[in-house]
Amino acid sequence: MIGRIFHLLLKEFLQLKRDKSARFRLLVPPVIQMLLFGYAATFEVFNVATVVLDQDQTQESRALVADFVHSSRFKLVAVATGRRQVQDAVENSTAQVGIVVPQGFSELLRKGQSAPLQVLVDGTNSNTALIALGYVGQIAGAFGQPYALDLAQRTGRALGRPMVNVSLQERYWYNPNLNSRWFFVPGLIGTLALITIVNLTAFAIVREREVGTLEQILVTPIQPIEFIIGKTLPFFLIGLLEVSIVAVVGMLWFQVPFVGNPLVLLLGTSLFLLSALAIGLLISTLCKTQQQAFASNFFVLNPMFILSGFSFPISSMPDALQWLTYLDPLRYFLIIIRDTYLKGVGIDVVWPQMAGLATLGLSLFALAVLRFRKSLD
Amino acid sequence: MRWRRVRAIVVKESLQIVRDPRSLMIALLIPVLQMFLLGYGISLDVKHIPLCAYDREGSQASQALLHRFAASPYFALQGIAGSYAEVGRSLDTGRCRLAIVIPAGFSKGLADAGEGVVQALLDATDTNTAILAANYARAVIAGYSSDVQLDAVQQRGGSVQTLTAVEVRARVWFNEDLVSRNFIIPGVVALVMAIVGSQLSSLTIAREWERGTMELLISTPVQPMELMLGKLLPYFVVGMVDACICLALAVFWFDVPFRGTLAALFFTTGLFLTVVLCIGYYVSVSIRSQVGASQVALLSTMLPTTLLSGFSFPIDQMPPAVQAITYLVSGRYYVTILKALFLKGAPWSELVLPILCLTLYATVMVVFAARAFRKTLD
Repeated sequence: MIGRIFHLLLKEFLQLKRDKSARFRLLVPPVIQMLLFGYAATFEVFNVATVVLDQDQTQESRALVADFVHSSRFKLVAVATGRRQVQDAVENSTAQVGIVVPQGFSELLRKGQSAPLQVLVDGTNSNTALIALGYVGQIAGAFGQPYALDLAQRTGRALGRPMVNVSLQERYWYNPNLNSRWFFVPGLIGTLALITIVNLTAFAIVREREVGTLEQILVTPIQPIEFIIGKTLPFFLIGLLEVSIVAVVGMLWFQVPFVGNPLVLLLGTSLFLLSALAIGLLISTLCKTQQQAFASNFFVLNPMFILSGFSFPISSMPDALQWLTYLDPLRYFLIIIRDTYLKGVGIDVVWPQMAGLATLGLSLFALAVLRFRKSLD
Repeated sequence: MRWRRVRAIVVKESLQIVRDPRSLMIALLIPVLQMFLLGYGISLDVKHIPLCAYDREGSQASQALLHRFAASPYFALQGIAGSYAEVGRSLDTGRCRLAIVIPAGFSKGLADAGEGVVQALLDATDTNTAILAANYARAVIAGYSSDVQLDAVQQRGGSVQTLTAVEVRARVWFNEDLVSRNFIIPGVVALVMAIVGSQLSSLTIAREWERGTMELLISTPVQPMELMLGKLLPYFVVGMVDACICLALAVFWFDVPFRGTLAALFFTTGLFLTVVLCIGYYVSVSIRSQVGASQVALLSTMLPTTLLSGFSFPIDQMPPAVQAITYLVSGRYYVTILKALFLKGAPWSELVLPILCLTLYATVMVVFAARAFRKTLD
């Protein structure tokens, strides 16, 4: 049995060795995609196009506007002279945020009353809008702090007791600078591995079937299970190689730290690749032609990617969908890879994910083998 | 090009579609399924952030503060930790994303110096959730702080209304309630259309090879351009029905406001459908002769539609080089148009540029797809 598998392995690697373009296809697109998407995938908010209308024109209002302009979060694109201009700028998308300092702003501030700052936000992208509003609040809060303290002290003195103030001190663990690349780069490694391996496996087998070489192999004394092992083992090794290359490129280029144990990640990756191979195998049993395989890949992989928690938090999904995500191998792997990359936790923490991947991988593989046998006769 | 031959192919394809009700059902069910899956799956609204608390004081004041966190819809209190180690463990295992630590001497500090500092430890692996969680936590603390202040003032007969110096009055346009579903769903429509379009057109070619009828087709006098038109026209109709289903689901099921004109919607949807059908056709026609090229094409269609179309990640936050690349993604234009139509009710004048780009894209893809088909058998 080992001998026959070995021969099949030899054949696969020879094929790969003689096919220059295949080697190119295996390595270059994932690396390019890693670099491209590593830059594209970000929820960080910088340089929000901002239009400002200062109706107050005092020292205070100018100081507040300067605080906005000098922060890296907002970028002044226009100074309006009337309310209409602010609305137009937001309406035709030249600005995402409009800030209006109304007349009498500084007077209220000096009197120790609360001074209103009007903000108009394009809420089309609700996430950007929410985060930008958070920054508006922070900048306005920091600006108002001395006035508020002054007021509190005055009031406190009048009342014969200091005023109270509760503040929040935030500590960001695992990613102190809130660099969103640290979140997305490990996620991309997993996603690219899933897509490449499922595609490779599905296409390789469908192609053998289409070209007719599958029948030739089947007339040899080889058993279906041996065929499957011989066929998937090379992809398993290629997958490991690819994950390593993409991971190294991602780490070095985007400077994402790796604080965990590489062996834990290796184990997780192996379990993950098992599922990916099984999915590819399953697709190949369902498709007769490469075109069908193309269509099914798109159909299957896209929801897997979306439901994996790559960018959309699973906890925000409805319960039914949250249950469905347990059938998505990428879900488990993303937790493993992010936890080992950023948190540096060991098997004692990620074992449930490992167990989930193993169960899923083995059942998918068993299903694939059963179906594959059937599809042969 | 002869219209007679195009018509013949159209009739043949339509008959095949009508006589294969199962495939037709699948073609109509898939978009519904994907709409539900992706429509519900994609949400950036952060609610019920798992929270654990470590109350080192256990006083009335600290309990009142924790109660506010527990009552907030943005947080879900998972448990009370008994030590720092336990807090660390909860964050490590992901049982909670945010830990609130109230220091010993919190209420004493409040009473004596008027200062109280609450610590928030956030799991920042998911930076977006962490930023939003910090914002919500700050709001809870600010609410608590100002209530305590007002209480203190009022107890002493003061008459201060508020103690915030600058009050931000925000007005949100186009997506008033800041629901991420409203900007995600139009993107999902584009995504589902891309999936369905490429599937529809690739299967029509696959079938010919599978049944051996491709040889028959090649032996007829039909020209590549005629074959493409004839094959894609019936599927264009199916695709438009799919698009209507998706758009209707978006408006009536997911309650996304639609503020644009229907004419603009149908026109641009038709353009986008042409693009995706042609891409699918191109890939499946060339998949035989040039496996390499098509696999690259395959790899470069799936993720870009999600990542580079601006459907979830804002394009203006990408580096300029990547922004330039997004112009090559057809979904970019359609997503821009859909968002403008759905949420902003944009007039034609604002849509001219993306529509022109999409038209250009469609023309190029039609030419590519038509030329990819060669009347050879190998």
